[in-house]
Amino acid sequence: MEPKEGRTHSKRGSSSPIVERPASRATAVWSRLRNVPRTAGRNLPRLAGRRQPAAVMGFGIMLFFVVMAVVGPLVAPYGYAAQAISNRLHAPSGQHWFGTDQYGRDIFSRVLVGSRHVLVVAGSGALIAVLMGLTLGLVSGYFGGLLDEVIMRLMDVLLSIPPLLLAMVILGTVGPSRANVILVVGFLYIPMVARVVRSVVLDLKTREFVEAARLRGERSHYIMFREILPSVLPPLAVEASMRFSYAIFLVASLGFLGLGVQPPTPDWGLMVGEARTWFAQAPWVLLFPAGAVALLVVGVGFASDGLRRMLLPGGASQL
Amino acid sequence: MTTYLVRRFAFILLTIIAASLVIFVATRMMPGDVARVMLGQFATDQAVENLREELGLNRPAHVQYLDWLIHFLTGDWGVSLVNRLEVRGMVLQRLGNSLKLAALSLGIYVPLGILLGVVAALNREGPVDQAISGLSMALVGLPEFVTGLVLIAFVAISWRLLPANSSIDPDTPLREAFKYLILPAITVSLTSLGYIARMTRASTINVLRADYVRAAELKGLPRRQVLLKHVLRNSLLPTVTVVAMGIGWLIGGLIVTESVYGYPGLGRLLVYGIQRRDLILVQAVSMVIVTIYSFSNLVADILYGVLNPRIRLAD
Amino acid sequence: MMSNGVAPPSQSTEPVLQVTDLSVVYNTEKGPLPAVRHVSLRIGQGEIYGLVGESGSGKTTVARAVVRYLPANGAVSGGSVLLNKLDLMGLSPVQMRRVWGSQITMVHQDPSAAVNPSIPIGEQIAEVARVHLGMDRRQAREKALQMLNQVGMSDPEAVAGRYAHQLSGGMLQRVLIATALTTNPQLLIMDEPTTALDVTTEAVILDLVHDLLEQYQTAVLYITHNLGVVARIATRVGVLYAGELMEEGAVPDVFKRKLHPYTLGLLGCVPRVDISKHDVELNTIPGSIPPLDGLPSGCIFAPRCPMAEDACRLEHPTQVEAEPGHLTACRRWQAVPRLPDLFAAPQSEIERGETPEGSLVLDARNVAKHFKLRGMGVAALWRRGPSELRAVDDISIRVRKGHTMGIVGESGCGKTTFARCVAGLVEASCGEMILEGEPLAYSVAHRPLSVLRKIQMVFQNPDASLNPQLSVGACIGRPLIMLGDTPRNQVGQRVRDLLRAVNLPEAYADRLPHELSGGEKQRVAIARALAANPTLMICDEPISSLDVSVQASLMNLLVRLQGAQGTSYLFISHDLAAVRHVSDWIAVVYLGRLWEVGPAEEVFSPPFHPYTEALLSALPIPDPDVRQKRIRLLGSVPSAVHIPPGCRFHTRCPHKIGAVCETEEPAWQNVARYHSICCHIPVDELCDLQRHLLRVERPAPGGKEGER
Repeated sequence: MEPKEGRTHSKRGSSSPIVERPASRATAVWSRLRNVPRTAGRNLPRLAGRRQPAAVMGFGIMLFFVVMAVVGPLVAPYGYAAQAISNRLHAPSGQHWFGTDQYGRDIFSRVLVGSRHVLVVAGSGALIAVLMGLTLGLVSGYFGGLLDEVIMRLMDVLLSIPPLLLAMVILGTVGPSRANVILVVGFLYIPMVARVVRSVVLDLKTREFVEAARLRGERSHYIMFREILPSVLPPLAVEASMRFSYAIFLVASLGFLGLGVQPPTPDWGLMVGEARTWFAQAPWVLLFPAGAVALLVVGVGFASDGLRRMLLPGGASQL
Repeated sequence: MTTYLVRRFAFILLTIIAASLVIFVATRMMPGDVARVMLGQFATDQAVENLREELGLNRPAHVQYLDWLIHFLTGDWGVSLVNRLEVRGMVLQRLGNSLKLAALSLGIYVPLGILLGVVAALNREGPVDQAISGLSMALVGLPEFVTGLVLIAFVAISWRLLPANSSIDPDTPLREAFKYLILPAITVSLTSLGYIARMTRASTINVLRADYVRAAELKGLPRRQVLLKHVLRNSLLPTVTVVAMGIGWLIGGLIVTESVYGYPGLGRLLVYGIQRRDLILVQAVSMVIVTIYSFSNLVADILYGVLNPRIRLAD
Repeated sequence: MMSNGVAPPSQSTEPVLQVTDLSVVYNTEKGPLPAVRHVSLRIGQGEIYGLVGESGSGKTTVARAVVRYLPANGAVSGGSVLLNKLDLMGLSPVQMRRVWGSQITMVHQDPSAAVNPSIPIGEQIAEVARVHLGMDRRQAREKALQMLNQVGMSDPEAVAGRYAHQLSGGMLQRVLIATALTTNPQLLIMDEPTTALDVTTEAVILDLVHDLLEQYQTAVLYITHNLGVVARIATRVGVLYAGELMEEGAVPDVFKRKLHPYTLGLLGCVPRVDISKHDVELNTIPGSIPPLDGLPSGCIFAPRCPMAEDACRLEHPTQVEAEPGHLTACRRWQAVPRLPDLFAAPQSEIERGETPEGSLVLDARNVAKHFKLRGMGVAALWRRGPSELRAVDDISIRVRKGHTMGIVGESGCGKTTFARCVAGLVEASCGEMILEGEPLAYSVAHRPLSVLRKIQMVFQNPDASLNPQLSVGACIGRPLIMLGDTPRNQVGQRVRDLLRAVNLPEAYADRLPHELSGGEKQRVAIARALAANPTLMICDEPISSLDVSVQASLMNLLVRLQGAQGTSYLFISHDLAAVRHVSDWIAVVYLGRLWEVGPAEEVFSPPFHPYTEALLSALPIPDPDVRQKRIRLLGSVPSAVHIPPGCRFHTRCPHKIGAVCETEEPAWQNVARYHSICCHIPVDELCDLQRHLLRVERPAPGGKEGER
């Protein structure tokens, strides 16, 4: 169809009737440095302020776990696999802050070391999904046609199988190992990322600045990477953070079902799954790893929500 | 509308067939010989050869796939490798249990999620909205095994209100099984509750901003009428699709939750099948789940089409 | 014919709406912004008060304050609003809700957004009748049908059962008007009701409003940015600028004896259909509207006013009643009528382009673009046979060196698609395009750089035409590198030159697009197009999303640049006056075909193609002295998928002569050497039919009088 034309002054009634004034120089410079649109610069103070306590908390929690992941294994008082059968199922004490498990292992050390494990597994998985999804979405959206059709139908097929089910089936077949878990998580989340990227690219592709670039004979890769990609990054960042939080969720669920990484890896989900039998008599064995998972997933979720509000126009009300 | 329905239906069928290929490949892509891996390294060569024969592994891959697909479509789902029982009967029985749990959960989280979402949207950016948004964000992030364990710890162990373990006999009639269903249903619901609430809030806020809502207000209609007739009719339309998309979550939640409570549903059967490397069982369960998931999407599409005049009146 | 100078309202009768000293403040992060200050107005029964202003003037805020429907951060900070002596500010929210829809009703800007998509049309009118008139379901339904009939719906029963997506914009606007009049309100507020519509539809709606209001005698507050619309429909007019009323009075008084420099400047910004760039340059109002957080302390217009004195900048002027019923907020109002050329740009002699025989830049022959309507891939399997959307169906156009070819037509007529075919952004289906003697490839991808350099484009939407991530300098510099032969070390200098050429400060090179206003962005887009030093510049609705005064300055800029550089323009617009102003040649397009083409002044004088005639008759002209014969097109443009047989215009043509129009395609007739019309009606008969289309009724002290 022919694009819209002949529409003057179609200001929407809902927009604020206040005159738009250019943002201050400072925020402009900031947004240019970060290569994100102006809304980001404009909303940054809100994040820091009291407007979004949840997001600040979320980023705080994430930071906390990252620090734990870095220094955790160095400061852990015991080896994560060090068993002491005589010490099994001890309640939390000065010696074992979080108590000990059914093999007498120090839960505090295991939770500490486990944070590195989960961040690496979920992080790598999300990263693979983001990189692959970005590539596929960019190519699919930009070139369109048959290629787009093929890629997107493949994505539809992947999306027609619930992620946990597919992950379980594949891991059941290829055997659960750390590398396999990472690959499976990465593979499963490609379609979600690809769809988001593609929809943004489809929108940008028809923008007039892209047409202006075509009119001056720019090559596809210049248009894709220089004209389109920068505007894809903010929604991609939001999507990536969401994928990260879902990946943690998925990895933990797989661990709990015994289909993720294998013992004695200090996987939080696995720790909960293994210790279920002792729930009634020694709840701390489950409590601390379960709490850690919950805290991390919720923290990343809040951070992702904050990112959305900050980076996307109208993000505060979306989703 | 007819064209729309035909297109959606054809699309769903194609998707299911494509998904069956994915499942087939996913269950067969073991490193090395499938039969050897399934039986373990101590099995005799004869046993391995017998299994190869039984599974038809000596034939070309595409023949195996087509054979399996046709058998599945005609209702011959094979015999379990572990307990030598007809897979179909086993799966259908467990499916019934899972559907009971799913139905109860849907009955809890859909209305509640919509209610919370609408209330949050109406109090946009106010303290009520902040509370609901924060809560739903947190709920979305909580894995079922965490919420399940917390519920067991309090409701079942501390307060002794409901049973902690739901590993009932698969044939228990619904009336007796009900009390075993409550905790698992709540557990499954919490994650999806947050999801529905967030999506409903977003779509309601979008509609509240629409020109036609402003126009309705300025027509002087009573607030209740503006809300029920002009806002909700439009804002709940996307929720139909959202609920369908959330079925994927629900299935994931069911698998984990059934394990937490030991409830004899399809999810537990799947975990069992995977642990025992029962290829036939895993394939059947996966196909059933994919089919149900796809058809729930189809139902949502139809519902959406019926409710949306734009689609209903097309053609 | 439309009567403009209706008897002025008798000030003695009590006004229906009396707004006194109304002030509105928005509380924002930057602090309180006084969006509207001390606005007073009265509207009597049967009176249409036109409130005009550019964007940011606060006109919508005034309307929303009157109905007390401000956004959450807005508040009325002073003044009173009386509706038939009822103090609206003193009402509780519940009482106010009773006033809405019964005593005050509103018609909103975008009809397709203001009608609920999931409720049948009839019900949306009937619910008002039930709530406010206490009718039962059956009565309310009857009332709805009756109202639909009132607004000229031929089949109210059928329309009542339809949904919003099944009706065109014009139909939906009728529905909204029907809804608003259902309760026979005392006050009707119309907020840009025709802005989203095509000019022919707009004319029909304005006629309808005019006729209905004579019957209903409702007081109307009519908000618009379009001075022509005010001249056509309003009895009184108030000119709003940055939240204050500058001038107010009866329409003929204000349009003829402007007593405020802003009104004077604004009216001079509007191009006219009878004068072109060769005769007059449009006014330019220097500067821009002041920000609400930094309003000048004296007269708010003083910073942009050429006749401002020190006193203007120091003290805030009070409104004076200069003539009976004619108010102005200018201290020096007596001087205004003596200075008609206050805002005229220094007259520069604009060279007329080369003679029509001048060299051909673009020769497009029989260009067509047919879009295949079928799903992609798998979806195509169950679609019934492919259908085609013939967006452009055989258009031939020639552009000569240093000339402007203007293309006019309503939305959906194919003018933008044609422009994009020439640019190569859309691949033409067939036809031939020759640029300076060399055939053009259909797609940009197949055109060598040397050809790309020659064609550049300025787009419609200023917000989308610049990459939000790139600085202005980078944006202008890139084509210099890609297409120009500018050495890298001179790019900076060239960018600064180009910025100067489009009247922007050199420092703008470092800015990002979001730091610019709409007009400034469009200047950057023009500079970017100029950077390649093109032979042909395609301007696709370059001004249509901008304010009147910004439009004028951009048109001046384009005209001046053409004079200086000899670039040829292909100027696409739905705005006839703008096209007339900048073009040497005009082509009129409808449903993918050309119907009339020729030199601008000849196309806009009789004989016209019936479609051109209808467009000219519909155009709102901001001059109460101009009388237009009322020629209206009914219905809407047919879909380009199902194009009517014979003459494509026959379904709406007011001069249709019979079966021949429905069956045979008309042939081209030459009117003059370069002027042709494609119609079955012989040229002589068209001439007879079309006398007195536009008539100026005014004593002529040197002004142009006569017929067109």
